[in-house]
Amino acid sequence: MTISASFKKRLKYFDLDISFSCSMKNMMVMIGPSGGGKTTIIRMLAGLQRPDEGQVIFGDEVWFDSLRRINIAPQKRRLGYVFQDYTLFPHLNLYDNAAFAAVDKKEVDELFELFKINHLRKRKPHMVSGGERQRCAICQALARHPRLLLLDEPFSALDAITRRGLREELKNLKGGMSFPIIYVTHDITEALYLSDEILSVVEGKSDDQWMQRMISREPSAEVSARAAREPRLSLVY
Amino acid sequence: MDYLALYVTLKLAFVTTVFLIVLAAPIAYALAYFRFPGKSLLEAFIYLPMALPPTAIGFYLLMVMGPKGFAGKAWGFLTGDSLLFTFIGITIASIIYSIPFAVQPMKAAFAKIDRRLLDAAYVLGLSKRAAFLRVIIPNSLGGIAASAILVFLHSIGAFGVLLMVGGSIPGETKVASIAIYEAVETMNYRAAGMIALSFIPISYAFLLLINKLNEDYRI
Repeated sequence: MTISASFKKRLKYFDLDISFSCSMKNMMVMIGPSGGGKTTIIRMLAGLQRPDEGQVIFGDEVWFDSLRRINIAPQKRRLGYVFQDYTLFPHLNLYDNAAFAAVDKKEVDELFELFKINHLRKRKPHMVSGGERQRCAICQALARHPRLLLLDEPFSALDAITRRGLREELKNLKGGMSFPIIYVTHDITEALYLSDEILSVVEGKSDDQWMQRMISREPSAEVSARAAREPRLSLVY
Repeated sequence: MDYLALYVTLKLAFVTTVFLIVLAAPIAYALAYFRFPGKSLLEAFIYLPMALPPTAIGFYLLMVMGPKGFAGKAWGFLTGDSLLFTFIGITIASIIYSIPFAVQPMKAAFAKIDRRLLDAAYVLGLSKRAAFLRVIIPNSLGGIAASAILVFLHSIGAFGVLLMVGGSIPGETKVASIAIYEAVETMNYRAAGMIALSFIPISYAFLLLINKLNEDYRI
């Protein structure tokens, strides 16, 4: 299955205009400065926001087509979406969270073993650490048997050590997954470590040179001014 | 001591609370989540009973529910009975009188829920209805409980509205607040004092409960 999308949307500070595709078993990392439209792209893929025009096609299914007035609801797209934070339902314990939309509840136990959070299954989300919460959020997404996995800066709220650990776990896990994964980050190291393909998004448009410029630190135009807010320290990890 | 009036009061408050919670939930949901033309006008209208003198509300209800009012006519057509001076009549009056107290805390609780939780629920395949039942309701229990308690207490205290619509028929529409008034009118201060006193522990206990709920659900 391949997901391919091309869409346009007017945003407050710039116009988003981008097209890309990501095929089965591949991890596409979407990278770029904060506020560049990455989350909006992910939300449009999930069906939570509507592009002004364009298409989203998954395999032979049309998820969105502005000309044909097709817009499949997020409920029917059957994808996994891990948000930056706040993904878990606060009133449910970790197990019930992961089993919330599970196809087969037995798999939740296996996933919890795999992600090493089985001992926390009865805890509520606020009683575990951020890393454990995100592990559970990934379990929740995987238990639904997603056809596409969207990870929107899933580890960026975590400390560097936890982040590195989870990054490695995710990379190991990737081999066993048969669906495309789109991973959003603003961390270049993370992108290089995880990606099969990289899509740089700057102000709503794809910009192949962005990473080059960031790594070589060539001062160029307004982009570096934006990127200055990004901690260069992240390159260390 | 007029136990019958006290019983009618508690029965009325209980029935009102149960009906209003069910009725107010979709209203609060619409006010918290949808934008539509005339929303602020509608919202102010829903809160109007809070700002009107109870006897004014009672007067309008008397007109509407009376034999010449549309509600009274419809009820008469369906059942052959009058709506005025009946328990059902005062229940309707009590529901309208307490609507603001049901809607407001519930709306606040619904609005406080992180939208990303709902997005997550939709992506996980939940319809809007299922998300309301499985995500919004369980995460608004504090607000819903606050609504229920406020409505219950407010219904216990109703006087003017009920007197206008229900009069004072023992066992049917004579509630404790009306019994107190009548006892005083007949100079029976002892009876009035007994009923008045019986309110204090009930109301006080519920207010303590509300405080407790507010503490538990404060984040």
